[in-house]
Amino acid sequence: MGLKRKCDLCAKDAVHHEVSIIKGQKVEKHLCEDHAAEQGVVKSFTSHTPINELLTNFVKKHSGMTTQTEIVCDNCGMTFAKFREHGLLGCPQCYTAFDAVLSPLIERAHEGATHHIGKVPRRAGPGEQRQNDLLLMRKRLAEAVAAEDYELAARLRDDLRKFEGQPS
Amino acid sequence: MNLRQLTDHAGEWLRGAGPHSEIVISSRIRLARNIAGYPFVGHASRRQQLDLLDRCKNEVMSGRLADNVLWVDLVESTDLDRLLLVERHLISRQHAQAGAELSRAVGVGADETFAIMVNEEDHLRIQVLRSGMQLSEAFDQINRIDDVLENTLDFAYSRRFGYLTACPTNAGTGIRVSVMLHLPALKLTGEIEKVRRAARDMHLAVRGMFGEGSDALGDLYQVSNQTTLGRTEQEILADFQNTVVPQIIAYEQQARQALLRQRLSQLDDRVWRAWALLTNARVMGSEEVLGLFSHLRLGVNLGRIDRVDIRTLNELFLLTQPAHLQKLTGHEMAPAARREARATLIRQRLNDR
Repeated sequence: MGLKRKCDLCAKDAVHHEVSIIKGQKVEKHLCEDHAAEQGVVKSFTSHTPINELLTNFVKKHSGMTTQTEIVCDNCGMTFAKFREHGLLGCPQCYTAFDAVLSPLIERAHEGATHHIGKVPRRAGPGEQRQNDLLLMRKRLAEAVAAEDYELAARLRDDLRKFEGQPS
Repeated sequence: MNLRQLTDHAGEWLRGAGPHSEIVISSRIRLARNIAGYPFVGHASRRQQLDLLDRCKNEVMSGRLADNVLWVDLVESTDLDRLLLVERHLISRQHAQAGAELSRAVGVGADETFAIMVNEEDHLRIQVLRSGMQLSEAFDQINRIDDVLENTLDFAYSRRFGYLTACPTNAGTGIRVSVMLHLPALKLTGEIEKVRRAARDMHLAVRGMFGEGSDALGDLYQVSNQTTLGRTEQEILADFQNTVVPQIIAYEQQARQALLRQRLSQLDDRVWRAWALLTNARVMGSEEVLGLFSHLRLGVNLGRIDRVDIRTLNELFLLTQPAHLQKLTGHEMAPAARREARATLIRQRLNDR
């Protein structure tokens, strides 16, 4: 890490470094101070950023006023910036991944409502646990298929079928 | 059942029956649902799309929903068939127009009271359509369908946000309640803006008959709820049944009575001009037809003309739309030929009576 990285967008030295894993691929981002500010990326607290700028950035971030390029859903790879562009989320997990910035938007869209009080699916069981388990199992299965590990895939598929067949 | 059998009659929602059918054309409810463990449609791989399609087809065609369900694979069907389904309000334009890269389908109940779109914006868009003001009946039916499906499918759900949908504006109950209203008198007396404003204050959307972005052709307006979180399905329904629809019906009836009292000759003139044009014209555009049908429908409902009934008007309303017209005549036609065929069909049906 002794090498100084240049900004992805210009010749200046990068001060903001970000690494995310999107669909199993490592994606690196290096930005200079100007481009980091332009993209609404909040800099490290160790820099001498004035307190009011930090606060402004914080407020911006939580009111959804800026493109949240840094928030990525681990499950599907959707970024918050992309969601803002198209208005559609990538998977059910996005609700959790984008919670801090999505909740105020949802509240605004639903006249201030924050919680569901309608019908509950019978199979929801004790809550989200079953769904999270399902997501995880499907993800493992997809990975096994992608890696051509058919023995593992067959076992995971059987597990999944058994799990789905269980009454909750 | 096949698509051909759908062509030559109007579906349940255009029977012209049901409470308040002189103003409420149809009641519609849809539920947005997604299957847990999969990404939403826009993010699903080809394999996942096909997997979802298979699973949903199994459930929809299992016989647990209805004895006779028509399954239409929308990638394999023709543009004309897809447009036919849009005209019958069985799929959305978005569902019809998505490219071949999106595997998608619709399951339609034989009586056309329900349609289940698979891989539209959400994995499942369940819809129930009824003629007239029948929201309670529509809700009972859709709730039963939802219960049957969730017996075997795990729907994406969180305790906080309810049913999870691709667009967070549908999260919570995932329910969209809409009524299609015929409001010619409010339009004629210029009071329709009042309705729009009142609806907006109640956080309801007022749109044309084909939903978002469509004009109110034929004086038909669709009123639907916008918020789906923080209220129960019953509360959302109750708004429509106890407040919104009765109020709009009352406004429209007042405006109709005012027309009868104060502008009778203008009203009759409109109705009879519409009759004269529809029974004599040789070339008819679809938008012009919708406008004329609107005047005629008002005339029939107010007893100013008895040469046609609402059921015939509703059937013609559907049969004169581009895809229906082409299906009925059995061949594809350019717009100019369609305008002639449309005028001929209307003349035949109205003069036959």
